[in-house]
Amino acid sequence: MKLNKIDLDNLPNEGLDSVTEIERRSFLKVGLAISGVFAGGKILSVVSKVNEVYASSSEFTEKYPYSPHYSMVVRQGLCIDCELCIKACKETNEVPDYGYRTRILTKTVSDAIGRKQEFIPTLCNHCNEPPCCRACPTKATYKDPNNGIVMMESSKCIGCKMCVLACPYEARYFNAKRRAIDKCNFCWDTRLEKGEKLTACSNVCPSGARIFGDISDPENVVYKMVHQIEKQVWVLRPESGSKPNVFYMKATRSSPWDLRRQADAR
Amino acid sequence: MVKIQKETAERWGYSGIGALFSSKPHLFLMLLFGAVAAWGYAVGIDGFFKGYHHVYGVTRQIPWGLLISAYIFCVVTSTGLCLVSSIGHVFGYEPYMPIAKRAVFLSITFMLAGFTIIFFDIENPFRMAVYNVISPNFTSNMWWMGTLYGLYLLSLGIEYFFLLDQNHSMSRFAGILGVIFGVAAHSNLGAVFGMLHGREFWYGPYMPIYFIVSAMMSGGAAIIFFTCLAWKMNREILDHRMERAVKAVCQLTTMLIAVIMFFTIWKIISGIVAPEKYLAIMAFVTGPHALTFWLFEVAMGMVIPFFLLLRSKGTNYGLMFSATAMMLVGIFFMRYNLVLAGQLVPVFHGLGVEEYSGLLPYFPSYHEIAVAIAGLSLAITGFLFGEKILNAHQFQKHEIVPAGAFICPGCGGIHYKKEGETHEEALQRHHRIRKAK
Repeated sequence: MKLNKIDLDNLPNEGLDSVTEIERRSFLKVGLAISGVFAGGKILSVVSKVNEVYASSSEFTEKYPYSPHYSMVVRQGLCIDCELCIKACKETNEVPDYGYRTRILTKTVSDAIGRKQEFIPTLCNHCNEPPCCRACPTKATYKDPNNGIVMMESSKCIGCKMCVLACPYEARYFNAKRRAIDKCNFCWDTRLEKGEKLTACSNVCPSGARIFGDISDPENVVYKMVHQIEKQVWVLRPESGSKPNVFYMKATRSSPWDLRRQADAR
Repeated sequence: MVKIQKETAERWGYSGIGALFSSKPHLFLMLLFGAVAAWGYAVGIDGFFKGYHHVYGVTRQIPWGLLISAYIFCVVTSTGLCLVSSIGHVFGYEPYMPIAKRAVFLSITFMLAGFTIIFFDIENPFRMAVYNVISPNFTSNMWWMGTLYGLYLLSLGIEYFFLLDQNHSMSRFAGILGVIFGVAAHSNLGAVFGMLHGREFWYGPYMPIYFIVSAMMSGGAAIIFFTCLAWKMNREILDHRMERAVKAVCQLTTMLIAVIMFFTIWKIISGIVAPEKYLAIMAFVTGPHALTFWLFEVAMGMVIPFFLLLRSKGTNYGLMFSATAMMLVGIFFMRYNLVLAGQLVPVFHGLGVEEYSGLLPYFPSYHEIAVAIAGLSLAITGFLFGEKILNAHQFQKHEIVPAGAFICPGCGGIHYKKEGETHEEALQRHHRIRKAK
């Protein structure tokens, strides 16, 4: 192929006379806007800063690949560690004594003023990009194509415990009775599939710390709680990049977001 | 039992079952290690029926423990044996050729020993055979590792068969496949750890690279160790060529120790400056695992053997034997430390919660130790068995020395004679020694 050579060196200089003041200014503005020099690069940069503000990327908060896209909001300040959720989970899903699908962690800040302790419920985060599903050699654990729940097909599980290691949220354990890894599936087989609207844990939670719903539905409470900028919403261990579907936020009794309890049927 | 024809037996260097009974101490050792292996597997089967979660020390937070470490030790050694020996009989570098038979035999032995150990770690090993085939997950490193190791073992088997059968072009072809599958499988084993993005300590390309290099180091150590051991049992195995081969492997191993030392140094330094790795690294540098790290992994696995091997100059068999024996112990702890390191720091440590404020505890249980010992004893039994029944893996005269050539008593290499030349004349010509007038 033959290219027409442009002899750049010997082109006549057009000079700056033909460039107007306004053109020069707008050119500079574009450059400054892209590099985000205005406002310290925090607000007006073309390069997205949304990751620093929200837990997940904007693409993730705007687009939900499943319908319904089940999700949970944990309102950290409201949890009182009554462990009713753990009990309900054990009863509903036949969880043995040596294991758990959900757990409440205790955080103590001894030099805090006022309240010194808070509780952090944890469970499977039903990540959009679950490391466990990638790691499983036999597709025994998989992302449900309809509702996005990370499911287990117990009969395929070989018990290599690769997924236990891969999980960033310590949500998996080996269940000897099932002869497979067991984990939270948002009570899919025990409740949701049978027409219930809530998981066992969010159903019994007396303080409204666990709010369960469909985040792809703008009318849903979970959608409303995550899509606002008045209160910060975050996820646990965002650095693992797994795009979790369990969101955390602070809420107190006086908070406008305080629903005493999630209504059983919405 | 397959009846082996006399002619085939001769070609294979097969000495018959009777050879096992030729030396009483040897037979006693073999039965001893066999019995230890049988005991360990019996304990493992006991654990299988009681339920592993009752008898193993592994927990929900530390799901992989001693058994995975022992499995990794076995397959690392196997891959290393295959890779180091392939330098000779696959890639054609002549000094490495005499080690081929023993190395490939041991490679198969260690691989099988490793598989028996992992059998007792996996909860449903029988489901694995079915669903690995009918429900494969191509994004899973675990799947690739299992599948590629299967292919690797198959290639090793074919390679070894043709080595025995003295069909060296075919064994070379199978050897190339063995090297390819070996490297692929082994780097995948590294990636099993290296691709866990929820575990910062392991995540990254370091693991697969480290696994391949350290495999070659282990392989070199294993070749020297087992050749020295074989030499202690049967002094006839060392001819000039074998001596030269051991020397060459010794040089390579020394260099690889230096490489792994650098890997370890940078792992520590980079870990100390990275906040997410700091705790795990410090657990080994000053924390509860400092003994296994400094004494076993660093001193016994690298530093002392490095100087001993340097001092031995590849010719002092006593020194080389003790150096590589130490190395094998050290390398075992190297694997153990590596498996634990990524799990010691709880995944929720960063939350600052009470439950996960410190490092997680793990200590192997009786059942785990028994199965790990069983696997290693099986490998040693296999080695002892192979030495006797396969005539110490010796090459036959015509395999080593082609027609018209001879082994040089001076350098151990193969020299070709020109027509009408005597041994002495050829030797002088090769080494450019002027004839005395």
